Amino acid sequence: MSEMAFEKGQQLPLQTFRVTRADLVRYAGASGDFNPIHWSERTAVGVGLPGVIAHGMYTMALAGRAVTGWVGSADAVLDIGVRFTRPVPVPDTDEGTEVEFTAVIKSVSEDDLVTFDLTATCAGEKVLAQARVVVKQI
Amino acid sequence: MPLDQSFTGRTYPPTEPYQVGREKIREFATAIGAQDALYHDLEAAQKAGYRDVVAPPTFPIILSFAAMEQIVTDPELGMDYTRVVHGDQRFSYRRPIVAGDELVVVSSIDDITHRGGHDFLTTRAELATPAGEPVVTVVCKLVVRGHGE
Repeated sequence: MSEMAFEKGQQLPLQTFRVTRADLVRYAGASGDFNPIHWSERTAVGVGLPGVIAHGMYTMALAGRAVTGWVGSADAVLDIGVRFTRPVPVPDTDEGTEVEFTAVIKSVSEDDLVTFDLTATCAGEKVLAQARVVVKQI
Repeated sequence: MPLDQSFTGRTYPPTEPYQVGREKIREFATAIGAQDALYHDLEAAQKAGYRDVVAPPTFPIILSFAAMEQIVTDPELGMDYTRVVHGDQRFSYRRPIVAGDELVVVSSIDDITHRGGHDFLTTRAELATPAGEPVVTVVCKLVVRGHGE
């Protein structure tokens, strides 16, 4: 099902995802996470944030999309883990913001388990650390 | 006051079975902008060998987040949820989740540490079928920010 065979050290091409306030509202409803820091500027600023921020889990979902995109298979992910290091502020504009993903192949095991080390940035700042995804290469 | 480290190892009662709905998977996939046929198209999923549409990798957060209520609202543990920051998150699969699955969640506290004025709480949610087939392990690390900032 995989469209390419991966090799250790291989760099994956940049994928960019746009994130708007509407996306956060839709994600809140779909996920059940209605924390107001993800939709209320007043609440977000009140707790010391620069403004409304994306759900960490939304950014993580985009990491999943990036990997399934590179692999070409929506059901390939066996293991996905991230550390949230910095918030993704989402301004109240039509453009919102962008999160960019790149990755390098950390390892390919004998039984075709491929480990991706991801880098996720927003406005030039890393928003995830230790972002690692394992897929089964078929 | 730091969290009581003796809560490490505590396991909470299993949740009622959660019925994974086809439309819920489609709704979640749409919300994350994922248009893959396996998440939306029954025929495509069945052609790939699945009984029904497949859930995206982070879908189980819906169940584990709801189940974690047991921990964050445990009056004995006494977490101040307004000071909680999401630290780490991980999903480890035995097999993909598909629509029609029934999943029971058992939440545990794997670790509590206190350093630099903050509490670090590691929770684990085991998602399994009511018959006991393990499906996915969800590990979530929370940081409870101290008041000394």
